[in-house]
Amino acid sequence: MINIITSHWSELLTGFGWTIFSSVLALLFSLVIGSIFAILEVLPNKIARTIGKIYVEVFRNIPLLVITMFFYIAIPMYIVKINGFVAGTIGLTIYTSAFIAETVRSGIQSIDKGQMEGARSTGMTYWQSMRYIILPQAFKIVIPPLGNQFVNLVKNSSVLAFVAGFDLMYQGNAIASTTFDTINSYLVVGLLYLIITLPLSYYMQYLEKRLV
Amino acid sequence: MQNFIDAYSFINLRFLLMGLGVTVLISVVSVILSFIVGSILGIIRYSNIRYISKIVGFIIDILRNLPLLLIIFFTYFGLPNFGFKPDTIPAAILAMTVFESAMIAEIVRSGIMAVPKGQMEGARSTGMTYLQAMWHIILPQAYKKMIPAMVSQFISLIKDTSLATIIVVPELMQHAQIIYGQNANYIIPMFLAMSVMYFVVCFGLSLVSNRIDKRIRA
Amino acid sequence: MKKLRLIPLLLMLLMLLAGCSSKSLAEQSVLKNSRETKTITWGVKADTKLFGLEDVRDGKQKGFDVDMAKLITKKMLGKNSEAKFVTVTSQSRIPLLKNGNIDAIIATMSATPERAKIVEFSNSYFDAGQSLLVPNDSTINSTDDLAGKTVLGVVGSNSVINIKKAAPKAKVLQLQDYAQAMTALKSGQGDALTTDNGILYGMAVENPGFKVVGGTFTKEPYSIAANKGQSGFTKEANKAIKEIEKSGEYNKLIKKWFGDVPGFNYKELYR
Repeated sequence: MINIITSHWSELLTGFGWTIFSSVLALLFSLVIGSIFAILEVLPNKIARTIGKIYVEVFRNIPLLVITMFFYIAIPMYIVKINGFVAGTIGLTIYTSAFIAETVRSGIQSIDKGQMEGARSTGMTYWQSMRYIILPQAFKIVIPPLGNQFVNLVKNSSVLAFVAGFDLMYQGNAIASTTFDTINSYLVVGLLYLIITLPLSYYMQYLEKRLV
Repeated sequence: MQNFIDAYSFINLRFLLMGLGVTVLISVVSVILSFIVGSILGIIRYSNIRYISKIVGFIIDILRNLPLLLIIFFTYFGLPNFGFKPDTIPAAILAMTVFESAMIAEIVRSGIMAVPKGQMEGARSTGMTYLQAMWHIILPQAYKKMIPAMVSQFISLIKDTSLATIIVVPELMQHAQIIYGQNANYIIPMFLAMSVMYFVVCFGLSLVSNRIDKRIRA
Repeated sequence: MKKLRLIPLLLMLLMLLAGCSSKSLAEQSVLKNSRETKTITWGVKADTKLFGLEDVRDGKQKGFDVDMAKLITKKMLGKNSEAKFVTVTSQSRIPLLKNGNIDAIIATMSATPERAKIVEFSNSYFDAGQSLLVPNDSTINSTDDLAGKTVLGVVGSNSVINIKKAAPKAKVLQLQDYAQAMTALKSGQGDALTTDNGILYGMAVENPGFKVVGGTFTKEPYSIAANKGQSGFTKEANKAIKEIEKSGEYNKLIKKWFGDVPGFNYKELYR
């Protein structure tokens, strides 16, 4: 195990970096997209609600790998050339945004209806009340579940290995197949994933407990 | 259009459906196994048995925080070092079960924790043992509350079986890749077909579970 | 943070795993086992046209490697023996062999010195050489034109190591298997695909928009691989290969699989 680390630290470090980079990018984008669709889902307008619902249900029920491969293979063939890292990050974003939309939607809906009415009665528009009253409260509730989504994102980013996205898993595969030391290579890779995910998920558990 | 007609030939569709069959097989077996194993682990972790709960809890946390892909590699490439050589399908089932059991264990534990503490004390005061109280009083309430979380975990499981393509399990994703790998015109039709198949299975499961959930709550 | 106390436990667990994994496994004689069971379990490709490709109609692997494996099994174990097949990729074949999931590999695998340290190779049963596959309208004619270009290969294949030496300025991407790599090339994810010429000609047959260029820039003697210490097996396999060559069955197989490949002089391969 030590051998793998000392002779391949630069590949491992590169992979570690790309994994974190992809996860952070996907988290930011999926927060924005997820929130948009969450708001669509709670709007009074029926068409908006339907669009939101369809987006969420479709991407929650199709495997991440299918979405990612689609962006890696089909999109460049017919529309625009994107590399594995980008395709992987887009796949992660779309997939995660559907889950974030669900989380944010239930956050919004858990806030007392009276709040919206109260805000409106002070003369705020629907959007103003949403922006200043409802969303800030909703996001506070959804922070722990969002943290768990980020842990999932880091784990899920391993699909980048399928599309040559340079991530930790990709480097791990390459190291395993050049050193022929499969188990130790993957043990090192596993340890590196745990360095990111384990503290994060313990912190989220702690936050959840404090909120209860 | 012609691409779609050619792509959905009887032979190709049959090949895809064979893949879907394997996906469903792996999913069903893993769901059953991980429900049982996950429940046991979750109860052990909740129960505060000296050392054992701690160790079980720690192993659960490790497994939950690793990518499933890595667990698949360990099962397929690593286990044989311990004298057990699974074929691809059993290896996939095993990997899914190990990973999902850890996820289910957490759901079970937090489900039990959501049952008010007084219930256990009340049950114990009527003379029930810990296990009796758990089995007759706590778990039925806890499991009712867990249904939504449990089902969405199982839906994840079904989707995650696609990762098993990396060890060449003949499941849906693998079969779709084989077909479009041999003819680039079939790429879009194959993505469409497999997306629809995954969607039908996963969304169908969530509809059924919603109905069960409502009936139980009613 | 109570949890911190568990970290030494984790480290111990890891060391245990690592310690176990370094133990050598296949200590029984594969040759003896296969003679008793009258079967050999071969690792073959399922994504490589002409060598080992899964047929969508019946789900069976078909190709030169597969036919060779069947013939060799018959020569080694007698008429009523059976060749079993397990699908492997370039990435999975050595782990599966080391683990004992398969008895031997016959999967477009060239005998390299690095690999010879961990597996036992037979004599070569097919002479390949690494080459390049590019779109018909590509300006790439040889490895010299690859500077700054993206070259696709497969995880665990020898060709990704070779191409880094032959074209150090090229960017190399490793895909999961040949089907993925070919699909990625079609999608424009790379400018060229590199692996052994036999495999590339198979791809060019399937995909008329692509051609093989640059001749061969390495020698890749495809060989059967068994676990280290199984020289009994590889010796018998060598005898079988020789018999197959002498009887003319070898040339028949070459003609069967490579006879119709345009641009490929299959007679050069006759033995």
